[in-house]
Amino acid sequence: MITLNVKGGNMITINVNGTKRQVDADPETPLLWVLRDNLGITSVKYTCGIAECGICTVLIDGEAQRSCVVNLEDVQESNITTIEGLPEDHPVKVAWIEKQVPQCGYCQPGIMLQTVDLLSRMPNPTDEQINDEMDNVICRCGSHPKIKKAIRFAAEMTAKHGG
Amino acid sequence: MKTDITRRSFLKQSSLVIAVTAFSSPLRLFNVSPVKAASELPFKPHAFLEIATDDTITVWVGQTNLGQGTHTGIPMVIADELDADWESIRVKPAPAGEPFKDPLWHAQFTGGSTSIRHRWDLLRTVGAAARQMLVEAAAQQWGLTAGQFTTENGQVVHSDGRRLSYGKLVETAQKLPVPENPPLKQAGDYRIIGTARERLDIPDKVMGKTVYGIDFTVPGMCIAVVARPPHYGASYQSYDEKAAMAVKGMVKVVPLENRIAVCAETTYAAMQGRETLNVKWSKGSQPDLNDDTVDALFKEHLEKLGAVAKTSGDVKKALAEATQTIEQSYKLPYLSHAPAEPINCSAHVEKERCRIWIPTQRQTATQHTASKLTGLPIEKVEVMTTPAGGGFGLRGEQDPVVDSVLLSKALSRPVKVIWSREDDFANDYFRPASQCRIKAGLDKDGLLVAWSHKVAAPSVMNRLMPQFVKNGVDPDAVSGIRDMPYSIPNQLVNYVMVNLPIPVGFWRSVGFSVNALAVESFMDELAHAAGKDPVQFRLAHMEKGSRPYNILSLLAEKGGWNRPVPNGRARGVAVNACFESFAAHMAEVSVNKKGNITVHKMVCAIDCGTAVYPDAIRAQAEGGVVMGMSTAFHERVRFENGGVKTANYDDYPVLTMSEVPEIEVHIAKSNLKAGGVGEPVVPSVAPAVANAIFKATGVRLRELPFQRELLIKG
Repeated sequence: MITLNVKGGNMITINVNGTKRQVDADPETPLLWVLRDNLGITSVKYTCGIAECGICTVLIDGEAQRSCVVNLEDVQESNITTIEGLPEDHPVKVAWIEKQVPQCGYCQPGIMLQTVDLLSRMPNPTDEQINDEMDNVICRCGSHPKIKKAIRFAAEMTAKHGG
Repeated sequence: MKTDITRRSFLKQSSLVIAVTAFSSPLRLFNVSPVKAASELPFKPHAFLEIATDDTITVWVGQTNLGQGTHTGIPMVIADELDADWESIRVKPAPAGEPFKDPLWHAQFTGGSTSIRHRWDLLRTVGAAARQMLVEAAAQQWGLTAGQFTTENGQVVHSDGRRLSYGKLVETAQKLPVPENPPLKQAGDYRIIGTARERLDIPDKVMGKTVYGIDFTVPGMCIAVVARPPHYGASYQSYDEKAAMAVKGMVKVVPLENRIAVCAETTYAAMQGRETLNVKWSKGSQPDLNDDTVDALFKEHLEKLGAVAKTSGDVKKALAEATQTIEQSYKLPYLSHAPAEPINCSAHVEKERCRIWIPTQRQTATQHTASKLTGLPIEKVEVMTTPAGGGFGLRGEQDPVVDSVLLSKALSRPVKVIWSREDDFANDYFRPASQCRIKAGLDKDGLLVAWSHKVAAPSVMNRLMPQFVKNGVDPDAVSGIRDMPYSIPNQLVNYVMVNLPIPVGFWRSVGFSVNALAVESFMDELAHAAGKDPVQFRLAHMEKGSRPYNILSLLAEKGGWNRPVPNGRARGVAVNACFESFAAHMAEVSVNKKGNITVHKMVCAIDCGTAVYPDAIRAQAEGGVVMGMSTAFHERVRFENGGVKTANYDDYPVLTMSEVPEIEVHIAKSNLKAGGVGEPVVPSVAPAVANAIFKATGVRLRELPFQRELLIKG
């Protein structure tokens, strides 16, 4: 997908999942579309485009952000993590399978990444903290009860294994 | 069916493949192994089941994977009758084709909670037939006629102790005819049906590997977004093609009938191009259409006589003679499906074929749409169903198919049409709004003697299947009313069709969730008027021991209806019967002085016959509570200036984490035929909550979404 821009234009380098990637796109292109269209990382999902649903969430330097409202030019120095960037045995991935969270599954990568952020700040969140922290993401299938269970399970696993 | 294809040497590709006729009355299965072996081309599975020599078993599923669990549930049914080793099961999405058509409705689609209930015999027979062929193959290979043959875990076992795995029997089995009426298991013999199984599609979804329709790509594909009229019936008057084409990555601007497609190399470029297109639209067919005029129109229609959808006994007389009569009206808004994955479709039209990749709920309709537009015969339209990011009924609509096929033809390359979220809200085929009035009479014992119910609502069927609208009655518009689970001696149901340019479509549970709000709230009002307990009042109008009677009783027992309610809380119940299943909900709520409602707990009881895949049933029931509560508290599409005002999720909030209560699900034990699940778990949610709110506050909320201001005290 990466082509040399002969006009000497807009090649921008970003760091995705620990790999430097060159992108030929306008600097103000939302990161969401850069990841999906330019880099083919389609686990990052488009749903609302206005930072309302949280489904396009990625980690930028460890912090959950909505990639639909982050511009390419603003993340050149940052480390971007998508769901592929978490190891397969990451507690959140293990918990999501153990608790059989996804239904359609479309929103889950974003919600899982927001969970990673949550657990990095609150390793043992209370129910109230989970409600507060996860209240701004949308899951139309209604997997919320299982998300709650999986978050608690991931927290327990992390505590046990000294995450 | 005999095949004249000469059997070729069965090399390493040999396998036992069983196909099935679509029009399965009587059910007919075919052994297509020779066809597969003889085929020069890569095998196109028009089969249900393939057993390979390495013991792997592939099940093709023609149902759409919407996350409802059928891509595990369907293989579970087949694997059980086959006595397969569950670990050897692989599931693959099937292309559109005859074998995957619904055996009763003769089209391939996913809707009406039919995936298993319409295939209950078919799926079991496919597994049982293959099992019997493998047993016969074992007898042949061993040269045994006497003794007892059994099967377990992917092996045929003889009473003398020898055993062979299915894979070792395939070469013999594939030469056998398919038995016509293989014996099916008794419920007590199930080893996979009704057990806990991990869903086969979950690991990929968690790892981010699942390719949804919107993610699908092929080399050379371009992306199209379409500028659609912002007002119903509007047409474009001018647009700035030059400005749009100046956007980097633009391919072409293609005007279509009443809309303009903007095609680009990337999604973002296409969206940017559409923004710069600066389309000027005409005012449309009904520029004064807005929330108020729509509401007034429904009210006006409610005053009309309407078509008779049901009449029994003499309602007028019974009402006149009743000890007590009460009358109330209920009102529900238009709802959007709002699935997480926006509508999309990829198409590649070539000279000899048309390929379509789409998260559709209606494969056969998609084939017909593309066939009509391309002039290609149906069998040259290949439809590949991708996993869908939610659907809830919307994904049967054909607009994205039409546009992607037309654009692929115009550009001679693969085209993926994507709707933005704003397109999705503006162009949804909404759940119909509805207003109704009910008048009922109680006798001196507080029992129902008459129920007169008039509904004013738009008709989905009138647009999609007008042949089912008989004498002015859309059956879906009155579902759950004329077939409510109560016996009442005198009933009259009237329907007034509301015709507006606002398109309406199937929305999870269709008319049942609309009408359950009125029926089940009103049952509560009647119980209150009769001075009776809401559960006892309902049971008094049901046949003792019937399935609705039993499910409501189970709910009351498991939910602790007769146990004390925690301080400050109140409970409400509702029950519904639809899609061959029976469900009931109990809500436990509290309401503070500011009118803030907290739902602490929801208990769901469901009788869906044989519970094939209990984990998926629980997941659907939890999701049903969330969606039902979402409609109760938040959802409403707004209109202005002859079009849709609601633009995005900020205008259309859905239920979120802090509002989701503790949810308990109880599945009734049953050996009966499997019923529906995805839809029956929705209708009784909102009325259960409304009834609990009444119990807590004495205020009856008769409109969705709930108007909390009515609950503010002081």
